[in-house]
Order: sequence, then structure tokens, then C-alpha cells
Amino acid sequence: MTATAEEKTVHNGAYGPVRRKEDARFIRGQGTYLDDIQLPGMLHGAILRSPLAHARITSIDTSAAEAHPKVRAVITGRTLEGLKLAWMPTLSHDVQAVLATDKVRFQGQEVAFVVAEDRYSARDALELINVTYEELPAVADATRALDPDAPVIRDDIEGKTNNHIFDWEAGDKAATDAVFASADVVVAQDILYPRSHPAPLETCGSIADFNKVTGQLNVWTTTQAPHAHRTVYALVAGLPEHKIRIVSPDIGGGFGNKVGVYPGYVCAVVGSIVTGKPVKWMEDRSENLMSTAFARDYHMHGEIAATRDGKILGLRVKVLADHGAFNGTAQPTKFPAGFFHIFTGSYDLQAAHCEVTGVYTNKAPGGVAYACSFRITEAVYLVERMVDVLARELDMDPGELRMRNLLRPEQFPYTTKTGWEYDSGDYPRALRLAMDLAGYDDLRKEQAERRERGEYMGIGISFFTEGVGAGPRKHMDILGLGMADGADLRVHPTGKAVLGVSCQTQGQGHETTFAQIVAQELGMSPDDIEVVHGDTDRTPFGLGTYGSRSTPVSGAAAAVVARKVRERARIVASAMLEVSPDDLEWAEGKWRVRGDPDKGHTIAEIAMASHGALELPEGVEGHIDAEAVYNPPNLTYPFGAYIAVVDVDPGTGAVKVRRFVAVDDCGVRINPMIVEGQVHGGLADGVGMALMQAIAFDTDGNCLGGSFMDYLLPTSMECPSWELGQTVTPSPHHPIGAKGVGESATVGSPAAIVNAVMDALKPFGVRHADMPLTPAAVWSAIQGRPLRTDMAFT
Amino acid sequence: MQVPAHFEYERATSVDHALALLRRSGPEARVLAGGHSLIPMMKLRLAQPEALIDVADLDELRYIRVDGDELAIGALTRHADLLDSAVAGEHFAILHDAERVIADPIVRNRGTIGGSLCQADPSEDLSAAFAALRATMVIRGEPGTRTVPVREFHTGPYETVIEPGELLTEIRIPIRPGGGSAYEKVERRVGDWPVTAAGAALWLDGETISDAGIGLTAVGAEHFAAAEAEEFLRGAPASEASFARAGEIAAEHCNPVTDQRGPADYKRHLAGELTTRALRRAAARARGASGGNA
Amino acid sequence: MQITVNVNGTDYARDVEPRLLLIHFLRDELGLTGSHWGCDTSNCGACVVWLDETPVKSCTVLAASAAGHRVRTVEGLEVGGELDPVQQGFHECHGLQCGFCTPGMMLTARWLLDHNPDPTPEQIREAISGQICRCTGYENIVRSVRWAAEHEAAAQESGQEVPA
Repeated sequence: MTATAEEKTVHNGAYGPVRRKEDARFIRGQGTYLDDIQLPGMLHGAILRSPLAHARITSIDTSAAEAHPKVRAVITGRTLEGLKLAWMPTLSHDVQAVLATDKVRFQGQEVAFVVAEDRYSARDALELINVTYEELPAVADATRALDPDAPVIRDDIEGKTNNHIFDWEAGDKAATDAVFASADVVVAQDILYPRSHPAPLETCGSIADFNKVTGQLNVWTTTQAPHAHRTVYALVAGLPEHKIRIVSPDIGGGFGNKVGVYPGYVCAVVGSIVTGKPVKWMEDRSENLMSTAFARDYHMHGEIAATRDGKILGLRVKVLADHGAFNGTAQPTKFPAGFFHIFTGSYDLQAAHCEVTGVYTNKAPGGVAYACSFRITEAVYLVERMVDVLARELDMDPGELRMRNLLRPEQFPYTTKTGWEYDSGDYPRALRLAMDLAGYDDLRKEQAERRERGEYMGIGISFFTEGVGAGPRKHMDILGLGMADGADLRVHPTGKAVLGVSCQTQGQGHETTFAQIVAQELGMSPDDIEVVHGDTDRTPFGLGTYGSRSTPVSGAAAAVVARKVRERARIVASAMLEVSPDDLEWAEGKWRVRGDPDKGHTIAEIAMASHGALELPEGVEGHIDAEAVYNPPNLTYPFGAYIAVVDVDPGTGAVKVRRFVAVDDCGVRINPMIVEGQVHGGLADGVGMALMQAIAFDTDGNCLGGSFMDYLLPTSMECPSWELGQTVTPSPHHPIGAKGVGESATVGSPAAIVNAVMDALKPFGVRHADMPLTPAAVWSAIQGRPLRTDMAFT
Repeated sequence: MQVPAHFEYERATSVDHALALLRRSGPEARVLAGGHSLIPMMKLRLAQPEALIDVADLDELRYIRVDGDELAIGALTRHADLLDSAVAGEHFAILHDAERVIADPIVRNRGTIGGSLCQADPSEDLSAAFAALRATMVIRGEPGTRTVPVREFHTGPYETVIEPGELLTEIRIPIRPGGGSAYEKVERRVGDWPVTAAGAALWLDGETISDAGIGLTAVGAEHFAAAEAEEFLRGAPASEASFARAGEIAAEHCNPVTDQRGPADYKRHLAGELTTRALRRAAARARGASGGNA
Repeated sequence: MQITVNVNGTDYARDVEPRLLLIHFLRDELGLTGSHWGCDTSNCGACVVWLDETPVKSCTVLAASAAGHRVRTVEGLEVGGELDPVQQGFHECHGLQCGFCTPGMMLTARWLLDHNPDPTPEQIREAISGQICRCTGYENIVRSVRWAAEHEAAAQESGQEVPA
């Protein structure tokens, strides 16, 4: 939506479609992304990677590389062992090799690091390193990882004799079994959410600059969580944390890919220590796809129980979670399967239970990235596919089935059968709105007419509830660091403000929206508020941006700190006006005397006074600045109703997404223009994942998705013109009633498209086929031979 | 991003100059035209020529014109130019159909027809389109010029009959009245290589097919053509039944390989399905053209 | 080897390796970091610049091939301190989020409008179909280009000068 001139000028508080402040540099090509940064004397690093998925390293000869005239250092696992840096902790309490020492455990694993004068020479030098391998059998198929004769991947772990990582469960097994035993209808379905990858347009990289004399380590990194990185380096490298500065420059997309510490970053630090110069490491696209945090890879077996007339009673699911060679998922400690147990979805169930088993395979580590919302994408996909599978079994319209089972507004706050407390929502209203926008009944009529003519269109619905904004400290920590966020706000004497936040935008518009939050609280213009982020020296501690947590947590912190400033301003104003603070009211951007509205002051005036000669009362000291740490009491629960319309060509299997209607509810919208942009982007992800994106492997562990020729991303041609709607149900516990939205569309959209394709294929008797539904997959499903999409086709 | 290994670079100022440079540089030199087939391979270091002879500026090889009873296309014609060419589209709609689905608009701005044909990728769309039209390749060397039918031009994946010291300069297509042509492609996404694609050219004499050309790509069809299906169509009625049967024959005689674009049985099915669809549209155009060309 | 390339109206003479890619010449040699790179296989389009009036993927062109030719980058869109209508449109219509694909998108949009001043949404989508955006889902990019088209048409009609 483009704001009218009126919308822009009407004072609607500071919330509204304010044009972005960060645009000014980006539209001029003056953003500063990692690879744009040049430091004096800077050297370039490149990583030699394993061509094999599972092999013992028998020798590494770096002499020819070291002899290259432009090479300054070659670092191997042996070098790092001496520094106790060959292994580093992951975000899941496992360890990951920085550079391989004994074995390589996935194709693309880091084996050696070259530092050279320029990037071309660094690349040349990689070919001069000679590594000999003794190949070992690989496990690429997660369903075989626990076979008794499966090769043991993690023999670095003392006593490890299998590829099992964890078992985890949630819900009430006995109650669920009882519900299933007595249900009229039980339907089961195997559903794969294949491995995919966030693939931000900018790859990952880092520049490390260690000063031996001062002991200062400065690191510029593409990171969504700069403070977390600082603490990790302190813990891992034993460097004093106050001597470490992490700077996130402009980031060209994150999507969860830029959360963790990658081996390349550690290598850059070591390279800088060894050479005494800044070292830049910037990965190429194949490295990004083959070695950095992937997403999903959940093999799910779902079962749904219902009455004959369509009341859903229970849901249970067993998941095999493929975590790759090292468990590197970024998720709160107590939740090895993230928030998957939100799989009960948006429905009122009598019982639910899930079991998740995590396994190692010879693939890249990761798992939680890509708008995962910590596995909520997997959970929503599962439940929304199961509902459609049930609708097929009951021969009931999927819209009607959902309407019958959605939670009702009077049931909120609602505690699910797996322990989530949903804060607020009016689900039936959202679904009805989506169906109206789509013209659902007309679409069904059209579908029937087209079927008569041998044309196949499909209509798919997805209704999702997410839990975002991790999270309450007592339940949620990453590596022992509680998931609260800090914010600090300084108001200069002339009334301009600087807000420091711990989260890190990668395109979400924080420089604008956070200014709007403060502006709204303090009656200022967003132009007078500078948002500072990304530099650990200038911002308060917090765990960063992912899982749609910025608005729920940091946004809350910003509102809270602004209110603290406002309260301090009240005290100063009371001194300025010589009244008691209780005699003041906040109205129209001023603290003014109740009953005497002409006597009042703006924050700017108060700021100047607080720095001046005015005698300040108890409670303020020389300024009105404040800081806050926001520990969220709960997650927030955005939700939405999506409807996709597709046309399928059964002769070729080609799918075209004709229309996509998306109704989102993310509570109060600070900037509707930015919210819609977030939704648009996530919907494109749905097209991608449903129809073309997957990282598949062959049985030897060769990665088949290592470039953009193989890992396909949606273009402007596959995406329809998105049709958006909204409802607004404020979060009752969030200071401004907002919920997160960054990942909603990515979470909700794949199921809508897959449901639509299955709906189109109903006359062919196809009940389910796995993503990505490429033409080959669709055609094969029609022939009754659905393809397994996570492994090489045979 | 990945970067090429070292090489020597020479810029040709004329075709003769290019030939002389090729001779001097020896067999490890490659011709650089639009670079959109070669440079990606060099960045991945799958190709490591010792020298590149840059012919991109040779406008003398950039043209599309009717020359007698043939359409002559200069080898350095860009994909975008072929797509934009009214004269090419008027005579051979298949070329527009194919170009519309080759790569993407930005790549088409730089990549050349000759470059794509000489790259000889087994999934190259133009190889199938030109095979359907029975084009002729004009190759120049220092001794002189020779012509090779497009169906003899490719000798294997990434291999052509071009010898060191030679340059593809032109592609010629005979213009015959009463024709219609079309191209059908299935791709996983815009810009991807074809899963399978088929091109058809038909010449009608009333409702009888007087001649047919069928090109197939990405399915291991010999010489990118479906000769048995063409044979069947000659003299047959221009009917739905003929097109369906021709599709079946084309499907039987190709050799698709399973990869992540699809299993072989699916590609074989597509070879048939797309041949039939291309024939149907070619026939409609031939009828609609009434006196026009393929 | 010595090459001279004209970039945004200025000749730049440099000594480069033949294998230096045009994108690296622009970014690393000339410090024009507004053009980006995002892949290894000429798919993503983050590197799109103009070469002699035509958008190309500069990661797939040698700097040596650009010698003697004219290049236009995002830094050459703004003229005399005035933003190009395309740049204004992207700002007005939220056509960018992280900004990484934006320079390439804007250069293609500028070329499109120069050749087709009133493109349909379908034509805009086709024009940018070789360029990936991970953030916007393309809708607002299309609207941004339409905004620029309408803005230029209105300026034409009222006889205003439209920045070149």
C-alpha cells in the first residue's frame, strides 16, 4: 500500500506508513555491507573445503601454498589445536570443528584457511594445498542414521557409538493415545519438510582485526546477534570480553543464516592474530549453501483423530530431525526441538503429543534458520497439512473444517495441550476475511466448472499461530544467556534523541520503526530520533534479531525505556512548572498542568532544562536519559489466514500460483507499510519452498544444492501480486500491544500452496506429495509414484 | 564469489584478426563472445583456457537479415537481439518462443547465439530450435569457409566440429513458404535449464504435412533431433492423432538421464508431450500464416 | 594489462589482471561498492550494471572486455544531486528492505523505463526476472517502478524537467 499524502501528514501519532530513514543510503548504493569495508593493510582469507562427506584426513601438505608469493599464512586444524581453537561450542551445547583435525564429516567442511594479499591469490592458493583422504561410508539419509550398522559420525565424542543426539517429547502421551483409541476417524500421513537454506542475497563474512599491543579485537561480521558473538568469542578464545568489539555493518539479508559463529569467522580472528593484520573472510555462494546454517530437514509422521462430523480431537506426531554433522541449531537451551510443540496449531484439541528424535548425518550443521521461528514453520506445515488430509478423508471442505475447529476469541488466553499460552486472537474473523477477499465460494464454483473441462485448479488454506519474541529468561536462554533485551535512550540538550538497541536489522527497517516507537511515547518526530544498533561498544546487551523477536522484545524495551524517560521528564517538568508531578498530565506531546493546558513543556524543552541550572528534585540527575532491560513475560502470538489459488498442468506437472490472499494479525502495527513488506517477502518464501527449493543429497553425501543453478529461488515471475488483509488483536502483555511479524508469512505460506496443489490433484487421487512440488514431483505424484525430495532422484 | 585462474587476453579487431590470434595462441585458447557460457565455467575452474580471444566487439558478426532464400544470423547476435528481431520472428516463431525462455533478460543482453551453440550444452535450447529448422552452420578458418548442417555440428556433450583456429561466423536457415513453428519447454523455474524442451517446424500442403522438423533438448536425442518422428510425419495428415503418435515416437527414441530436474521416465514422457504440443502450435501457425513461413 | 573504462562518465585507467571480473574492478579497484555480488553462477543479478546502455551481469564480464566501453552503476543514477525518479519510487513505495539487490533492480528499471515508459506490471516482472530479491517478494519493486513511470509521465505532461 502506498500512503496518500493525507495519510502522511495527518497526525496519527508516530505510527503509520512512515517512509524509511535507512533508504537514503541504500538507494544511492551507499550502504556499507561487509565486503564494502576495506581496512589499511587488510588481507584476504579463503577456506579449503572437503570434497567428501565422510573421510579420515591422512595428510595435509601446505608447503606449496605457503610458498606462493602472495600468501601470508596457512592455518590448519593442527595450528588451531595448539591454540585450543580447533573445536568450538555450538549454540546447542555440542561442539563443531573449526578446521578438521581427524575427519571430515560433511561435504564442504572446513579443512584449511589461507591468508593472502588479495582475494584472487587466496583462491589460487587453495589449489596448492594437498590433502589426502581415506574415504569412509557416509550417512546422508536421516532415516538410516540410526541403523545398527550406520557409520558413527561423531567419534570425537567420548563413548559415542551411534548417531543419536536427543529424544524429546511434549504433551500428554496417555491422554492422546486414549483420544486416538476412541476416535471415529484416524488418519496418518508421512510429511517431509525438506532441507532448505535461507540464502540471503549477501553471503556471510567477517573482518577480524586483532591488535597485539592493546589486546583489542575488533570484528566486523554479518551477524544478527552481535552481543552474542562477543560473548562467544570471550568464552571460546579466552579473550577478555571488554576488549572485544563486534560491529554489524549493513546486512544484506539474514533470515537466520547470520546468527551463529561460523568457522570462517574464527579463522579470520586467528589469521589476524597470526599475521598482525586485519583479515577479511567473505564466503562465496557455494560455501554459503553447503556449509552454513540450513533450515528444516524434519521427517514427520503425523496422525490426526476426529469425529465423523469434523471435530478434531487430537494430534500426534513423531519427528526424525536431521541435524547434520554437528548440532548447531540456534535455539533456547531447554528446547532441542525448538518450539515444534506448537504443532497443535490454531485449534481446540482434547489431546496432543509429539516425540522428536534428533540424529547426526554427514551433512552441514544447523537446522534452525530461515524464518524458522524455532521450528514453528515445521509445526505449522505439519498441522495444516494434516487438517487438509483429514478434510479429504471426511470429504469436507477444508475451509469449513477449519472454521469448525478454530479457537474462539472467548477462549483466550488459551493454554494449549503442550503448554503454550496464546495471548490473544480472533481466528474465525481472520479466516472469514481471507475467504471473503479470495471470493472462496466463487473459486469453488470455478474449480468445479474447470474440472468438467479437464482443467485443474486448486485452492489451499493455511491458518497459522506462531509464538514469537523469545523469551522469558527463566525459560529461555541460548548458551546460558537469557533472552531479555536491553535498550538505552539518551536525550541531548537540544532535544534530539539516540536510542541504542541490541537487536540487529537486516532489512526490517528498525532505524525507522524503533524511532517511531520512541516518537510515539515522547511526542517527537521520528526524524529526531537516531537508532543505533549493531556495534557492541555503543549498544546495550541483547541476543539479537531472529525468530521475529525484535518488535516483541527489543520493541518492548524501546517503549519501556521511552516511558522511563518520559517519567523522568515529568519530574523535571514539575520543577520547571513548580507543581507536583501528580498535577501533570501527558497530552499532545507535552507534560502540562491538569486544568491549565497552556502551561506545559515538550520533551525537548525538558531535556534542555535538565542539563541546565534548574534545581532538580529527587529522582533525576542532570539529564532524563534511561536504560531498560525487557524480560518478556511470554511470547506473543501473531496469526493469520492464507489462501492460495494454483493452476496445475497435469501433462507436465507445472504449477502456477495464480493468486495468494494473506490476512495477518500481528497486533498493533507500528508501520503498516513495513509490515506488509515483511509479509510480501515471506509469501515469496512459501512459493520457493513449496515449488522449487530443497537441498538434496545423494547416498554418498554429495550436496546437490550447492549453487543457485541447483538451489532455485523464486523470481518475480513465480510470485503473484500478493493480496493482503489484516485484523488487529493487540497482545495484552506487550507494552504497545504489538506482536512480531517478520516470519509469519514464511511460516504460514508453504502449507497454503501445497494444500492448493493437492486440492488440484484430488481427481487423480493424490492425497499428499512432498515439497518441493517441482513439475517432476507433481507429475510423478499423479502417476502414483511420489518422489522422495530430500535425496537424489533415482 | 569464485574467480577464474590466470589466462592471457587478446582483443580481436576483426574476424581475420581473431583467426590469426587463435592460430598464434594454439589449441588451449578459447573464443570469448558474450562470456555467459564460458566465464561461469572458468570461475568454477571447470574450464581453464590459457588464453582468451575476445571477439565481443566484432559488430561485423552481429546481424539478422534475409539473404536470398535464407535467414542469416551472425554468430555474435545477442539472444536479446534475436528475441527482438521482427524479421526472425516473422519467419521462424520457434526462435522467439525459444529465446523467450532462454536464461533471463539480463543474460540475454550479453550472451550470444554463437556462444551458446559452441558451448554445446546437452540442454541448450537453441540447439533444438535450430535442429528443428535444419539450419546450417558457417565456420571460418584461415584457409577459408566451410558449412556444416546443424545436425552434424555437435559431436557430444560440450563438443562441436569446430577445430582450433576456427570461428563460427553465421547460422543460416532456409526460408520456405507454408510453414509454422513453435517451441515448448518445461523448466523448474524461469531461467533454469530445460527439464525437457521440444521444438517443431511443419510445412503443410493443404492438410497434409509435406515436411517436419523436430528438435529435442535435454533428453539425449541424437543430434538434438527426433528423426524417426519426422519421418512418420512426412505425408501424414496434420491431425491431433498424427501429433500424438509423433510424440510417442520421439519419446521412444531419446535417451533421458535422471537428475534433480527429474527422473528419466518423466523426461521421456515430456519429450512426447512437448513434441505433441509443439506440433499442434506449429500447425496452427502454419495454417494461420497461409502463405507465410515457419 | 592496462585498461581504460569509462564509468559514470569518467575514464578510469588501471593496470589489471586479464581475469579480473568487472564487478571486482568496480568495487575493489574503483571503490564503487554500490554494485554487489551474491552468487557464483550468474543467477542472482546483484551485480547488474549497464555496459554501453544495456544491463548486464558484471560478475560474468571481464574488466578487460569493458575496456573502451561505458559502464553505468547505481552511483551514476543520481544526477547533480537529484535522485532519479526510479530511486524516488523505490523510496516512496518501500521497494527495498535490506537494499542488497536494489542497485541492480533500479538500473534495470531505469533501462526499462527508457525503452518502455508505461510498462505493465507483467512487463516489469519480466524485466527483473533475472534478479533475485529475498526480502520484498517483488510486489513493492513493481509498484516502485510504476510510481516512477507515472511520475515521469506526469512531469512530461506538465512540461517539467525530469532528471535524466
